[in-house]
Amino acid sequence: MYNYTLKHIKELEAESIFILREVFSQFDKPVILFSGGKDSLVVAHLARKAFYPAKIPFTFLHIDTGHNFPETMAFRDSVVEKFGVTLLVGSVQKSIDDGRVKEEKGINASRNILQTTTLLDTIEEENIDCAIGGARRDEEKARAKERFFSHRDEFGQWDPKNQRPELWNLFNARKNFGEHFRVFPISNWTEMDIWQYILSEEIEIPSLYKAHEREVVWRNDSWLPVSEFLNLRDGEKIEKKTIRFRTLGDITITGGIESTAVKMEDIVAEVAAERQTERGNRADDKRSETSMEDRKKEGYF
Amino acid sequence: MRFTTAGSVDDGKSTLIGRLLYDSKSIFEDQLESIRKTSDRMGLDHMELALLTDGLRDEREQGITIDVAYRYFATPKRKFIIADTPGHIQYTRNMITGASTANVALILIDARNGVVEQTSRHSFIASLLKIPHLIVCVNKMDLVDYKQEAFDKIVEQYSTFASKLEVKDIRFIPISALEGDNVVNRSEKTPWYEGATLLHELETMHIGSDQNHIDCRFAVQTVIRPHSEDHHDFRGYAGRIIGGVYKPGDEIIVLPSGYLSKIKSIYDYDKEVKEAFSPMSVTITLEDDIDVSRGDMIVRRNNQPSVGQEIEVMVCWMHEQGPRPKAKYIIRQTTNEAKAIIRDIKYKVDINTLHRLEEDKDIKMNDIFRAHIRVTKPLLFDSYKQNRNTGSIILVDEFTNETVAAGMII
Repeated sequence: MYNYTLKHIKELEAESIFILREVFSQFDKPVILFSGGKDSLVVAHLARKAFYPAKIPFTFLHIDTGHNFPETMAFRDSVVEKFGVTLLVGSVQKSIDDGRVKEEKGINASRNILQTTTLLDTIEEENIDCAIGGARRDEEKARAKERFFSHRDEFGQWDPKNQRPELWNLFNARKNFGEHFRVFPISNWTEMDIWQYILSEEIEIPSLYKAHEREVVWRNDSWLPVSEFLNLRDGEKIEKKTIRFRTLGDITITGGIESTAVKMEDIVAEVAAERQTERGNRADDKRSETSMEDRKKEGYF
Repeated sequence: MRFTTAGSVDDGKSTLIGRLLYDSKSIFEDQLESIRKTSDRMGLDHMELALLTDGLRDEREQGITIDVAYRYFATPKRKFIIADTPGHIQYTRNMITGASTANVALILIDARNGVVEQTSRHSFIASLLKIPHLIVCVNKMDLVDYKQEAFDKIVEQYSTFASKLEVKDIRFIPISALEGDNVVNRSEKTPWYEGATLLHELETMHIGSDQNHIDCRFAVQTVIRPHSEDHHDFRGYAGRIIGGVYKPGDEIIVLPSGYLSKIKSIYDYDKEVKEAFSPMSVTITLEDDIDVSRGDMIVRRNNQPSVGQEIEVMVCWMHEQGPRPKAKYIIRQTTNEAKAIIRDIKYKVDINTLHRLEEDKDIKMNDIFRAHIRVTKPLLFDSYKQNRNTGSIILVDEFTNETVAAGMII
């Protein structure tokens, strides 16, 4: 008797590949939202698998706040070149220059929320009908409520109280003109699944995820990297620490943790022992209890 | 393993999930801190574990679950995906969303109230959806002083009702989600209960045979043609195996065209594999250059699905507006899309008694009925009982684009 059971991670992979192929078949102009972070790297890797030996049939879209880790940008470009895909960049700086959005002021100012406008403008200008994202349901309580195929109205808004039913593997991608979808192929993956997959598939990741020495300041219970955008508060002092990042967002809002883990195996072991959620070091989620839900309703990632 | 919760409002579904996560140490410290603060602000003297899954502002304010929340946890034995679903009747469609992919359904019953309408409705839906295993959690045992009589009474009441359902595996556990009895840890307050705890049942339940590994079904999602120098003549059919086991050399037929060929190779990414089974996503190449496209099915010659334009379906209606007479809908089934008309409503089901109401054909949201549907082009299908993937359909309103119904082919 054969044992026809699929390992959990292979089952997740099969589900994600199925969804990526559905996106290709059901939409005219889908893009992968690509930041160079670990989740979007896994999505890109799955897209490679889904259409092999053909090239990834999706354009990549990066919403660039201008507040990046230099390492992430270099890494982003190398991946785009490796896969031979087209990269579209939506620039938050341009949205500011064009007067579409206004820059926040103050010590904790960030461009996080401004990205929504840039994203929605880009979707409209480029006639994008589906944006594939690497969001996971285990990340955050509002994301735990997402469908795989998430409908957005003509204003790009999400209506969490009135989502379409989504049964079995039957995905309804029908929409009116001007509306679009967000599709989340790795909805069911956990942070641990992502790391184990990166390890087993030998997916390259930016060096920022590995322990390295960096100038940082202690703020909001984590080590915030020093950059040209950081305004020091009274009493804060710059220190050199060996840290790594669990998530990568803007350099202004992404805090690191002290760690010496360089090898993937050590990183996986560290993640397994973590007692804090990965987004606990993200200032964007700390603004209020429902900050993710509020941003998502407006059209955030 | 994927499991879902079901049961009436306030039977403690979200609290149970919270308890399961809490006692299995699957909650992070910052999440715990956050719900501790929120519980304080709400003026509660206990930590409201339901806040772990009720993630929307409206849910937290009203203390109810509106839409499915997905949660994840792992023990050394198994990884779990939980769909925590709403109990309110108006959100039944969200319950169905969460339940449609589950291996196990946890049916919660308040020990004080016994089987109520939503218990019956959800159990019936779970049985319609062919969720193979039901675990009935008799909750709030703390409020009936952990009395065995209270538990036994509900077991009897539910068993009588369930004898009319098509579920083979039903288990009962007395629990208190609030106090944590028999969820992860054995309770000392129910010495008369000799069964396992809920977590133990979930960890050890055999689910390997829930997939259909007999009838080979492969619905083509897309055709892969690289047109590159290295793979100039490559023509692969990408899709998910939704039944059976495929091997290179298998003699196959392509439906609906009827072309015959053999499987040349099966690719799992860049690796050729010796066999592939459900639910793997693969790419299949054939020996012959024949016309195959999205929606077609590649199956064995001696085991073919039904082909036809007339289907008998048990339908769950999920929209405020009932079916309009003579209205056309978009039907989706495997990777096929076509138009469909509901030709005839045979009967509606009374959720409490499971009786067929042949006179009452006025369909409202959350009603379940048997219908005859005509489709504009032939579908390739099996009964839902035989295969969840080839026996399921959804109906989409062609004007609003809303998914209005889910159906299981009889």
